[in-house]
Amino acid sequence: MALLEVNNIHTYYGNIHALKGVALRVEEGEIVCLIGGNGAGKTTTLRTISGALRPRDGHIVFRGEDLAKYKPHQIVEKGIAMVPEGRRIFARMTVMENLEMGAYIRKDKQKIAEDLEWVFELLPRLKERRRQVGGTLSGGEQQMLATARALMTRPRLLLMDEPSMGLAPVLVEAIFDTIVKINKEGTTILLVEQNALMALSVANRGYVLETGTIVMEDTGEALKKNPRVQKAYLGME
Amino acid sequence: MQNQYTDWKQALRSGLLGGAITVLLSLIGIVTAFSNTYIVNKVISFGELLIVGPIAALSLVAIQKARARHPGLLILTAIISGLTSGLVILALAGLGQVINLRAMFLNASNDLYAIYAYKQALVPGLLLRLLVSGLVGALVAGFTLLPGRIKAAISQGLLYVILVGLMGRLIGTVLNTWGFVAILFKWMFVANSLSPIGAIFLFLLTGGLAYWRYGRPKTKQITDPKKQKLVRWGTLGGFGLLLIFLPNILGMWFSEILDNVGLFILMGLGLNIVVGFAGLLDLGYVAFYAIGAYTIGVLTSPELGFFNLTFWQAFPIALIMAFLAGVLLGLPILKMRGDYLAIVTLGFGEIIRILVLSDWLKPWLGGTQGIQRIQRPVVGIGEFSITLQSQQQLYYLILAGIVLVAFVAVRLRDSRLGRTWMALREDEDVAVAMGINHVATKLTAFAMGALFSGIGGTLFAAKIGSIYPSSFQFLVSINILSLIIVGGMGSIPGVFVGALALMGLPELMREFAEYRYLFYGAALVAMMLTKPEGLWPEARHRLEFHEEETPPPEESEAVPESA
Repeated sequence: MALLEVNNIHTYYGNIHALKGVALRVEEGEIVCLIGGNGAGKTTTLRTISGALRPRDGHIVFRGEDLAKYKPHQIVEKGIAMVPEGRRIFARMTVMENLEMGAYIRKDKQKIAEDLEWVFELLPRLKERRRQVGGTLSGGEQQMLATARALMTRPRLLLMDEPSMGLAPVLVEAIFDTIVKINKEGTTILLVEQNALMALSVANRGYVLETGTIVMEDTGEALKKNPRVQKAYLGME
Repeated sequence: MQNQYTDWKQALRSGLLGGAITVLLSLIGIVTAFSNTYIVNKVISFGELLIVGPIAALSLVAIQKARARHPGLLILTAIISGLTSGLVILALAGLGQVINLRAMFLNASNDLYAIYAYKQALVPGLLLRLLVSGLVGALVAGFTLLPGRIKAAISQGLLYVILVGLMGRLIGTVLNTWGFVAILFKWMFVANSLSPIGAIFLFLLTGGLAYWRYGRPKTKQITDPKKQKLVRWGTLGGFGLLLIFLPNILGMWFSEILDNVGLFILMGLGLNIVVGFAGLLDLGYVAFYAIGAYTIGVLTSPELGFFNLTFWQAFPIALIMAFLAGVLLGLPILKMRGDYLAIVTLGFGEIIRILVLSDWLKPWLGGTQGIQRIQRPVVGIGEFSITLQSQQQLYYLILAGIVLVAFVAVRLRDSRLGRTWMALREDEDVAVAMGINHVATKLTAFAMGALFSGIGGTLFAAKIGSIYPSSFQFLVSINILSLIIVGGMGSIPGVFVGALALMGLPELMREFAEYRYLFYGAALVAMMLTKPEGLWPEARHRLEFHEEETPPPEESEAVPESA
């Protein structure tokens, strides 16, 4: 049984049919990436999974359970965490407070403290900055913080929306290194990226989304070599 | 030469501006109105200050903008600025002789010109005025050339003389309640203003104090934790004692003001939860105030005669009503944000006001006539009970309310719930993505805010003993919101400062009669320009407005080590 199964979901913004039957699956321990152009529906797919949007049709099954009956904050408790696009951290709270908000749903103080250590080990930069207000961090540090905050919910599945957006190339590499590291430590990741080359390099499998439907599915390496993908998303002729 | 040329232009420009401000103030009528309101008796009036003040201020601007650094040139610049201002005033007076300005400007009267001319014959008087304007410039320039310590002393001394002089009447009313102590200060005041000797004494005293304190460290650092604790409790205790005796020190008239300020502090603390902590813009906050007050009214007034409860019996019911109203309003608007939320809450406030005003509910709520003879709260048991009636007695009830509410507000802010509100304010989507139940969180914010406002309403009803729909205008909501903004969004001490500034200041400004709100508005604009984050901002909020003042990160934009 797959960790997450998205069956034929249709999501609308008012009358606009944004997702026209998206189907995908994420296995335990994988990094799966979702690539596609602007307006293809990548973010919409993630938001539908996290419960921020409701599909009008279709099912999202997480660990054998249909998520339709859960509210967004309950879905977090089920084990799905989201790193939103554009590093939306709580700008007026300190790094520490941001991380504490991440652990909001959890009660086990002992485990929270352990995870805090783990997150700091993963992203040592944040430890140095832990008393600093979030808004004063640099772009890369803010992305790290958003990721760490999501990790503090101890998710089984981490949804990441455009983690590389607006970052300098050297920071993009750092972010992807972190993604691989998180995955190796046992968190499954569903990644949405404009930077298709980077995303496909780290992903086990990938899906190509075009105008609200999945048009291709393959392993990351195979998609990287696929001429159609190369032409449309990797800027190669 | 280029430098001098631009300095010339700057001096002329400042002078013109200074003159224009004086002329403007004159044409509004303030100069004439206050020509007999003395700051220092028979020496300088507030009206004269309004003429000279702008000239002096703009001379200072001219000096600060001047590029020349030679003292002589600076003095020259200031004199030119002052003389230019004087010429503008002369031009107005001259124009007034040739054509009848009064057809358009009612205040361009011969009285005004007489004030300009120091009540002398017009031509020599106006020439004297010109001379004085230039002299003011020279004095300002001379002032800027003094060493810092003397500058601080002079400016502090002048400030206190002007403030005390302006507040002469108020200080008089306070002194009158002091009995024999008042005699010690009597000689300083003549006819609601400072006596010349009093002014000199005050100037020397405050100026001397500034001179003495200049350059000294503000307070000695106390490192011993035991002593620190002692000092903290000492200050707190002293402050508490001051609060307890305040109505007796200041007298009846000030107690009334204190009560009003206190009610706004109560409501401000509540709205601060909704707007400051949770970031939900509520413009209909007065509704809960009205619900609290009206519940007390309906339940206790023998005039309506439904229940005839005592104040304390009705009190918990009023709080429950306000709380429920908060939840009720919260429910339909949970999905709304920002502007939309503001408009819907505004509508809710109006609905409540129109309901209490309506003929339909008149048998129950009194309509336009309101509800009279509301029961005053009784404290104590049996023979030792007293009915709180005077403003001074009610002060203690309001004070107790504030202490309680402020304590709850502080505890809420530091609680898990408080954090959740803040997260919701920062980013609702992300807060939900962290597993926060935004429905419950928003509802608690609304309900807590409503509860606090309800307490304010009950105390208001107890304070004035009768309530009318006109007490619950939309403007009340705006005032509470403004005091939060002036004090600093989300800051609890800010609510106190904001309420004092916004509600207390207009009362102190009664001296300015019908121009009160003009000065008040000017003061507000100045406040928001100089301290946009509020007078006592929340620590984390301060960072947003003054990023350059925060300690810079040791090395920003560096490559993370995890790379």
